[in-house]
Amino acid sequence: MRWIQQMRMRFQMLFHRGTAAARLDDELQDHLERQVTENLAAGMNAEDARYAALRTFGNPALLREQARATWSWTWAESLVSDVRYCIRTLLRTPGFAAIAILVMALGIGANVALFTVVRSVLLNPLPYRDSDQLVSLYEHEARLADFTNYLPVDVGSFTEWQKAAQGVAQMAMLSPWQSYNVSSEGGKLPERIDASWCSWNLFSTLGVSPALGRSFNASDDQPNAEATVILSAQFWARRYDSDPAIVGKKIWLDAKPYTVIGVLPTSFVYEGAFSGNTMQAWTPINHEAPPEVLHTFSDHELMVVARLLPGTSLASLVSQLNALQSHIKATHPGPSVHDGVSGRTMLDDVVHDYKTPLYALLAATGCVLLISCMNVASLLVARSAARKKELAIRVALGGGRMRLVRERLIESSLLSIAGGCLGLLFAAGALQWLIHSRSEMNRIEAIRFDGVVAIFAGGTILLCALFAGLVSAFSSSGKNVLASLHESSRAHSAGRTRATLRRTFLVLEVGLTVVLLVGAGLLLKSYRHLRSTDIGVPIDNVLTMHFSLPEARYKEPAQQVAFFESVIARVRALPGVQAAGLVSTAPGQGWGGDQAMSVVEHPPLAKGQNMSLMVRGAEPGYFAAIQIPLLRGRIFKSDERLDRAHVAVISQAAAQRYFPGEDPVGKHLKVAMTGEVFEVLGVVGDTRWYVSQPPNPTLYWPIYGNDYSHAAIVVRSLRNVEALSLPVQKIIGSLDADLPVSDVMTLRQSIGKATVDSQFDSLLVLAFAAIALILAAAGLYGVLAYLVTQRTSEIGIRIALGARRVQVMRKVLFDGLNPALIGLLFGLAASAAVVRLIRSMLYETEPLDVAVFATVAAILLLVAAMACVLPAWRASRLDPIQALRTE
Amino acid sequence: MGKPNDLVQGTLDLLILKTLRPDAMHGWAIAKRIQQLSGDVLQVQQGSLYPALHRLEQQGWIKARWAESETGRQAKFYSLTPGGLSQLEKETANWNRLSEAINLIVSEA
Repeated sequence: MRWIQQMRMRFQMLFHRGTAAARLDDELQDHLERQVTENLAAGMNAEDARYAALRTFGNPALLREQARATWSWTWAESLVSDVRYCIRTLLRTPGFAAIAILVMALGIGANVALFTVVRSVLLNPLPYRDSDQLVSLYEHEARLADFTNYLPVDVGSFTEWQKAAQGVAQMAMLSPWQSYNVSSEGGKLPERIDASWCSWNLFSTLGVSPALGRSFNASDDQPNAEATVILSAQFWARRYDSDPAIVGKKIWLDAKPYTVIGVLPTSFVYEGAFSGNTMQAWTPINHEAPPEVLHTFSDHELMVVARLLPGTSLASLVSQLNALQSHIKATHPGPSVHDGVSGRTMLDDVVHDYKTPLYALLAATGCVLLISCMNVASLLVARSAARKKELAIRVALGGGRMRLVRERLIESSLLSIAGGCLGLLFAAGALQWLIHSRSEMNRIEAIRFDGVVAIFAGGTILLCALFAGLVSAFSSSGKNVLASLHESSRAHSAGRTRATLRRTFLVLEVGLTVVLLVGAGLLLKSYRHLRSTDIGVPIDNVLTMHFSLPEARYKEPAQQVAFFESVIARVRALPGVQAAGLVSTAPGQGWGGDQAMSVVEHPPLAKGQNMSLMVRGAEPGYFAAIQIPLLRGRIFKSDERLDRAHVAVISQAAAQRYFPGEDPVGKHLKVAMTGEVFEVLGVVGDTRWYVSQPPNPTLYWPIYGNDYSHAAIVVRSLRNVEALSLPVQKIIGSLDADLPVSDVMTLRQSIGKATVDSQFDSLLVLAFAAIALILAAAGLYGVLAYLVTQRTSEIGIRIALGARRVQVMRKVLFDGLNPALIGLLFGLAASAAVVRLIRSMLYETEPLDVAVFATVAAILLLVAAMACVLPAWRASRLDPIQALRTE
Repeated sequence: MGKPNDLVQGTLDLLILKTLRPDAMHGWAIAKRIQQLSGDVLQVQQGSLYPALHRLEQQGWIKARWAESETGRQAKFYSLTPGGLSQLEKETANWNRLSEAINLIVSEA
């Protein structure tokens, strides 16, 4: 029963502490008075009676404290009083508190934000059932290994893989590069949507079931089945107002009726490389894809998702399929049949491109946090140095050492917690901004705070508090109270040890800053290279937009050509249009397809050799409009169309690679897949298909014919080309009101889109480096200013004895620059070791770029010198009489 | 004499518990009682009773009640709890063992 009694006491001491204190006073007072009364009764006079009573009783104040010390919650009481005391001292120096909190907030906020991104994007499992069993499979080709190990798959190989992997893995395919024109209906405008073909078992493989209706089944996924479609929740909500009766209704895609059989859950996103998160509709591949795609080994249109069944590993599956694929290559020795298989976990597949940049950014924020911690610790040390005398007196008067250490810790915890809370606000803002500005990033929608992030934030705050607090407590542990009391009366080399500690911090801070600066420098240089890359044509004032003719309405090639011709004729007639043309894929706007070919006049290619050209359909005026120069021969004419369209123009890279030392004009190229033969008419300049990729051998054939149903309109103007986008769209609308226009953008914008990663990474790292530089400079200034104050008398004596002011200034400057120099050397060495980790983020920039390293060194020295000059100048202006009098 | 520390460790607790055994008492009475029973040999500094009383109360060996004292003023009366009673028995047994052992050694010499 004793514990009941104890609980009762705990309760009482917690909630009736004031009453208990008053009663204790009463109790003691009562005792004393009884003694006094007794003494008076014994015949003493009033004063003696009182003194005698006090003598037998003891010191009431001390006894009261001792009695109170036995109460429970005493620790909490003293903690509260310490916290209150610390808040008061911090409020007395609001500038210091604000700076320290801000510095902590920057460090903690940046870390929490980046950690949240890394966790949500790189570490959290994908939103599918047992997602660690999901893998992405690709084909692999040794000769392309420099470019990528992960090539899309053809339906022929997929079918073989699926058969072979029965009992080992469940396999599904999808082709996420598709799109449909949604016809205008019920007053809604026509629009073009991104879509994906998929095998019927894709959703069951992922472990996702539709929120409404049903998933595909095998009978939907047949060439002669009824057309069916599954909609994304977003598209269903946007275009069909979340109509619950949509299932079973028909919608018109590419002017053909499709029955909606299901709607996916809102939470569903297809996470995959190339996904871009934009798919609005899903259709069964065997129904949608042309028959030649369904049986070929050389048209690579697919992504493959596999769910490993228990007992299978990714490695064993890949090696099994690898053997199968070399067998396929042996039986189908076509030039664009690939000979190997590669795979990675689906998560890796989605986030692979972001891994290095995100970890690099996390490392950068880690550096910023370390620097902030050291800076705050350094500030606290300086502060406790300034309060040295007070602390020494407290120790001398019997203040417990633990109590003093605890006070330091409470002080740093207060700063750290306040900084952390502010930092969390920063982080939330930064994440909002990130989600807003980088919406094209894979898995960006998965970013959110969760328990682990909260633990991480708490841990970071705690670590900062402990680090800063312990450092300052340790450095002011008042071991020699007497010395401190002495020292404060006459100081020459006062606080040397403390300054040593702070100098060590400075070396580290400067070192880390240098690493960040070097990283930022390299990324910026790389970004500048990327931005100034020549894609082969002038990019200013060029507008592009895409449209695609539905097969159902434009069945005959002649109809398509007629439409193309009337569009481009009207666009050219628009006032303000300098030149215009049609092309299947404009420069810098993507791969756009390739074909394996051979030269008719050449001997057959040796086994294992391969000739592949990127293919574009172009309209004769396109080359002049986009300003691709003609180098040899001629460009095809407008009447070389339809059945006369077997003519082509090749790029310079194609001429050099496949016609070395000869004239390609007049030669013939045979397309491997169709067997059609094209005559080469001329050679034109190279263009890049993606800004950071070198020009690829390219072939242009007439877009009038050659089975083109989609095209990009390219418009060049002298100025303000964006103003033309509406008139051009109106022209298309006037020709076919059902035809949507997509991807309206200038060439400059499409280049900007391709370089946004590089811009983002370099600007963020630059921002972190700038913060680090400011913190390091502030630290440098702080330490030096502190040293100068501490050495006022010494400098005064030196000047009084005849030291010249220049000498004094030089000495102080050297004192300050010394740690900066050591830190710079450390930092440069560390950078040299670290930069190779970000090699994959650099474009045409060597990790050990001398110019960047030299610039960083120069900037750092300049900033360090600026931070040191003021204290040094102040030291040299010291009035010796004044300095000596302050003693 | 003077500080309670000078007494054998824990003795003050034992004395208080023993004193409270028959009756509830306030601080002053406890001090007087100890003085009186020990024949004025043990002159505990009176004030040092109070930290000990408060500690015993926190530990649940004794409990306190405010009531009118013989002088007509409110005073805090301490009394043993059941736990305190068994604690007293335990400490008494301990004390007996200890003092017997010391007696043995001292009389041997």
